[in-house]
Amino acid sequence: MYPFQYHRPANLAEATALLGKLGEGKALAGGQTLIAAMKLRLAQPSDLVDLGGIAELSGIRADGDAIVIGALTRHADVAASAEVGKRIPALARLAGSIGDRQVRAAGTLGGSIANNDPAADYPAGVLGLGATVVTSRRSIAADDFFSGLYETALEPGELIKSVSFPVPQRAGYAKFANPASRFALIGVFVCQEKSGAVRVAVTGGGNGVFRSAELEKALAASFTPAAAAAVKLSADGFSGDLHASPEYRAHLVSVMAGRAVAAALG
Amino acid sequence: MGANIANGIGASALRKEDQRFLTGAGNYTDDINIPGQTYACFLRSPHAHAAIRKIDTRAAAAAPGVVAIFTGEDLAEAKVGGLPCGWLITDVNGQPMKEPPHPLLAQGKARHVGDQVAVVIAETYLQAKDAAELIEVDYEVLDAAVDVATATQPGQPAVHDIAPDNVCYVWGHGDKAAVDKAFAAAAHVTTLEFRNNRLIPNAIEPRAAVAQYSRSEDAYTLHVANQNPHVERLLMTAFVLGLPEHKVRVIAPDVGGGFGSKIFLYAEETVITWAAKRVNRPIKWTAERSESFLADAHGRDHATRAELALDKDGKFLAMRVHTKANLGAYLSTFASSVPTILYATLLAGQYATPAIYAEVTGVFTNTAPVDAYRGAGRPEATFTVERLVSAAALEMGIDQAEIRRRNFITSFPYATPVGLTYDTGNYEATLAAAMKIADVAGFPARREEAKKRGKLRGLGYSCYIEACGLAPSNVAGALGARAGLFEAGEIRVHPTGSVTVFTGSHSHGQGHETTFAQVVAERLGIPFENVDVVHGDTGRIPFGMGTYGSRSLAVGGTAIMKALDKVIDKGRKIAAHLLEAADSDIVFEDGNFKVAGTDKQVAFGQVAFSAYVPHNYPLDRLEPGLDETAFYDPTNFTYPAGSHICEVEIDPETGVVRVVGYTASDDFGNVINPMIVEGQVHGGLAQGIGQALLEQAVYDPDSGQLLTGSYGDYAMPRADDLPNFKVDTQVTPCTHNPLGVKGCGEAGAIGSPPAVISAVIDALKELGVRDMAMPATPHRVWQAIQSARA
Ligand SMILES: Cc1cc2nc3c(=O)[nH]c(=O)nc-3n(C[C@H](O)[C@H](O)[C@H](O)COP(=O)(O)OP(=O)(O)OC[C@H]3O[C@@H](n4cnc5c(N)ncnc54)[C@H](O)[C@@H]3O)c2cc1C
Repeated sequence: MYPFQYHRPANLAEATALLGKLGEGKALAGGQTLIAAMKLRLAQPSDLVDLGGIAELSGIRADGDAIVIGALTRHADVAASAEVGKRIPALARLAGSIGDRQVRAAGTLGGSIANNDPAADYPAGVLGLGATVVTSRRSIAADDFFSGLYETALEPGELIKSVSFPVPQRAGYAKFANPASRFALIGVFVCQEKSGAVRVAVTGGGNGVFRSAELEKALAASFTPAAAAAVKLSADGFSGDLHASPEYRAHLVSVMAGRAVAAALG
Repeated sequence: MGANIANGIGASALRKEDQRFLTGAGNYTDDINIPGQTYACFLRSPHAHAAIRKIDTRAAAAAPGVVAIFTGEDLAEAKVGGLPCGWLITDVNGQPMKEPPHPLLAQGKARHVGDQVAVVIAETYLQAKDAAELIEVDYEVLDAAVDVATATQPGQPAVHDIAPDNVCYVWGHGDKAAVDKAFAAAAHVTTLEFRNNRLIPNAIEPRAAVAQYSRSEDAYTLHVANQNPHVERLLMTAFVLGLPEHKVRVIAPDVGGGFGSKIFLYAEETVITWAAKRVNRPIKWTAERSESFLADAHGRDHATRAELALDKDGKFLAMRVHTKANLGAYLSTFASSVPTILYATLLAGQYATPAIYAEVTGVFTNTAPVDAYRGAGRPEATFTVERLVSAAALEMGIDQAEIRRRNFITSFPYATPVGLTYDTGNYEATLAAAMKIADVAGFPARREEAKKRGKLRGLGYSCYIEACGLAPSNVAGALGARAGLFEAGEIRVHPTGSVTVFTGSHSHGQGHETTFAQVVAERLGIPFENVDVVHGDTGRIPFGMGTYGSRSLAVGGTAIMKALDKVIDKGRKIAAHLLEAADSDIVFEDGNFKVAGTDKQVAFGQVAFSAYVPHNYPLDRLEPGLDETAFYDPTNFTYPAGSHICEVEIDPETGVVRVVGYTASDDFGNVINPMIVEGQVHGGLAQGIGQALLEQAVYDPDSGQLLTGSYGDYAMPRADDLPNFKVDTQVTPCTHNPLGVKGCGEAGAIGSPPAVISAVIDALKELGVRDMAMPATPHRVWQAIQSARA
C-alpha cells in the first residue's frame, strides 16, 4: 500500500466537496475491494474519503411500492433484513450469497455496484429488479447505470446515496459460484414485475451484467423453469478463462435461469 | 500397549500446544522482532525467462530508509555459492543427473516468474518495497519452456545451457525385460494417460525468516519457518555460505504448516543470513501471499503413461510406467528424489504384481521449482496404481473390490519388484472395514434414489500403500541421498523427576508436544503434565533430521524410546544401590523401581533426585545425572496402508461433483493419540480431495505467467466442499520399531485422489465417460458429459 491521506466527513455534502477538490481521491465504503487493490498496489489513491461516518447513507426503509437501501448498508444487514426478506426475498438471499461472513459484515451495496465487478452479484439484483440508483446529483435507472467492465454512469466525485428497489410480484436469484473466488461464475436474477413484465439480468458472463432478451421473451410467454432452461444462448459475447469456456458460461445461464425461476415460484 | 496412566499411550489427550495457539500466544517467526531489525524485500522477475542485461540500483539506493541492495553480481563477487540438491540421481546410462547452478539471486538470467533478482534491505518493509520498485532491470525476454509434456521436444528453449533438451535425467527402475515379456503374453492391457496436477502448498503461515549476526560472538542466529532446522543449517553453512556450522544457530519456532514446502533451503533466508553480517543489522523477511504462490516449491506436476497387464482372471502380470516429472526452473532440495525414489518404489501398491518397470524423465521448465508436497511421490504412485486398477476392473467387468482382493499381497514380509520389503499389513481387513462403514451394500439403492432426483452417483475405491520414515541411511546413501535419515532424541530428567524431551523432529501442526509426551509419560509412569517437548532449535536439541515423510513418531519416537531405555537402565543401577540389591534384580514398573519379588521399591522421582544429589550414590561406578541421548537409524521404511471409499453425486446439468460420503480405513500400526491421528487424516483428505476436485496451478503455456497466483483463481478446499469423514483404524503393528507405529501424516492426501476420480468416473460410466482429469472441476465434468453425449 502506498501512503494516502484519510478523511472522515460527517455528511454527504462534505464528502462530495472533498472528492471534488482532491485530485486522486476515492470514496471508501466497506473497503473489501478498494483496500485489497491498494494492498496489491493496483490502486494508488492520494486520499481516501471514508463514508463510514455518514449516517444518512445507511439503512433500509419501505417507500410505498419500493424498498430503499442506503449505499452504505452492509451485505449482512440486507441479508438479515425482515423487510427485504418478506418483500424481496431473492435480494436478501443474493446479499447472503456474497463472499464470506467477514466480507458481508463490511462490504456495502454502494461499493459493490460502484465497482461493478463483472462477476459481482449485486449488479444482477439491481438490474434484474429494475432499481433506481440515487446519487448525490441525480437518479439513474439501472438500465443506464452499468456501462461495462468496472464501468458505471457515475461521474467523478458523484456518490451513490441509495438504491430504490421496486417490489416485484416475484423474483429469484441463482448463482453458480466460481470454485476458487466464489464470485458468480454465472448468476441469473429473474423478476416478474407487478405489471407482469419480466426482467432477467445475468452476471459473470465476463463483460459486465446484462439483460437477456431471449430469456425475458421466453419467460414472458411462460414463467416456468422449463421455459427458462429451454433457452439456448449463443456463446458469443461470453468470456472464456481457466474456470469456464464461453460455451459453459452460456449453458449455465439457461440452467441458472431455470433454477432462479424455480426459486421465484417458491 | 494401552494406557496405564491418564493421557498415556492410546488416549486422545488434548493437545498441549493448543492453549497457546488458540489464545494467540504462539510464537511464529514473524512474531520475532530484534532491536535494530531491518527488513528485506526481494525484487522478483516478472518474466518466465529473460536475460538480465543490466540492473540499475542507483535510484533505489537513494530512496528513503534503504540500508543496502544486493544483486546476483554482488553475491558472485562475495563467492557465495548456490543452493544444493540433496539427492543425486544416476540416469539409465549411469551418468549423474544434470545439476545446473541455483544462484541465490539470479545471475545473468531469470528462469521463472518470481525468480529472485535483487534484494533491498531497508529500515521498514514498506521502504524496502518502495525502493525495490525503483530498481531498473533491463530484461531481454526469452521464449519460455513451460509445460512438462512438451518442454523436452526439439525447438523448445533451454532453461539451462547444460541441459539443452531440458532433461535433468532419464531414470529407470525395475526389470524392463521381464515386464515387456509379461505384456506380450497378457490377456488384457489397460492403458491410461494422465496428468498429476500441479499444486501449490499454501501453508497458512507464509515462509518467513529473521537473521541476526552477533559481532561479540561472531555467530549467527536464524529464525526461520522451517521443518528441519539442522538440515537447513547444514546445507546453508557447508554448501552455500561456507560458514562454520557451530557458529550458526537455526531456530524454527512455532511453524504454521509446511506440507513439505518448508523442508527446503530457500534463497531468501540464505541471502538475509549472509547479508545480516554485511549490514551488521538483523534482517527480517516475511513472504507476502503472492510471493508464496510464486516462489514456494510447488508439488506434483507429472505427465504419465501407465499400462497394466492382466491375465484373463484379472490377475496383475506387470506394470509399465513412463512419467515426465516437472522439476521447475532449478533443482530444489529434494526435487530429484521425489518423482524417482519416492515414486517408482511405491508402484506395487498393495498388490503382488510380479514385474514392474518405471521410467522417469526429470524435466526443467521455466516454472517455480517443484519438490516434496504432502505425500511426495507417493500420491502420484497411488494415483497411477489405483487408477489403473479401477480402469482395468471397469474394462474387464470385474467388481472393484474383487479385482483388488484377487491381487492383494497376503503374506509378509513381502519383497516387491520395485525394491521395498513390506514388513506387515492386512489389506483385506481395511478393505472389509471400509466397505462396511461406507455401506457399499446399500449403494445401488442410493444410486437409484439419486437418479430420481436427476443426479448421478458413483463409488470409487483406493487401496493405497505408502512408505514412511525414509530409511536406512546407508541404503538411501547408495541410492543417491546426500543426507542421513536417522533421528535423535534426548531425555533430560530433572532432579525432581519431571522431564524435558529434546527431539530432532519438528512439529508444525502435528502435535508432537502431546504425542511424544504421552509416550514418555507412559514409559516412565509419570504424569503427562510433567513432560515437556522441545524441538526446532539447533542450539538446544541434538542433531536431528526434522519432520517430513510421516517420520516423526516412527523414527523420532523410536529415538526417544531408545533414550528412555538408557534412562531406565541407569535408573535401575541407581535404584539397585538405593535398595541394596543387584542391578539384575531391579524391575521398572508403573513408575517405580522394584526389587523383583519383594515389596521394596523406590519411585522414579527419588532415583532422579539421587542422580543429581548423589549423597547416597554409587559414584565409583556410575556418573551422576540422568540425561540420555539416543540416535536411531531405522532398518526399514514403515508401510501405512488403507482402503478409502469415496461416494460422489454429480449434477449432470452443471457438472458439479459433491463428495457425499468419504470413508477411510487406515492401518497406521499402533495409535498413540487417536484424536490427533484423526485430525491428521482429516487434513490429508481435505488436501487430497482438493487435488482431485479443486486445486491446480496453471501457468500460461506461452508466457509462463502463473494464472493461479491468488485465491481468486487457485481453488483451496473449504469446509463446505467436504463431507463429514468416516474414519477407522485397523492395526497391524510395525515389526521393526518398539512402538509398532507407522505414520499417518500423509495418508489422507495419498489415498484420496484416485478414490474421488474413480467415483466420478463410476457415476458417469453409464454415459460412456471413461476418463477424468484432475481436478474434476464442474467445467471439466460438464465437458466430459457433453462429449460423451455427442
Ligand atoms: C474475499 C471476498 C469475497 C467476495 N465475494 C464476493 C461475491 O461472492 N460476490 C460479490 O458480488 N462480491 C464479492 N466480494 C466483493 C464485496 O462484495 C465488496 O463489498 C464489493 O466489491 C465492494 O464493496 P465495498 O463496500 O467493500 O466497497 P469499497 O471497496 O470500499 O469500494 C469499492 C469502490 O466503490 C467506490 N464506492 C464505494 N462506495 C461508493 C458510493 N457510495 N458511491 C460511489 N462510489 C462508491 C469506491 O470508491 C471504490 O472505487 C468479495 C470480496 C472479498 C474480499
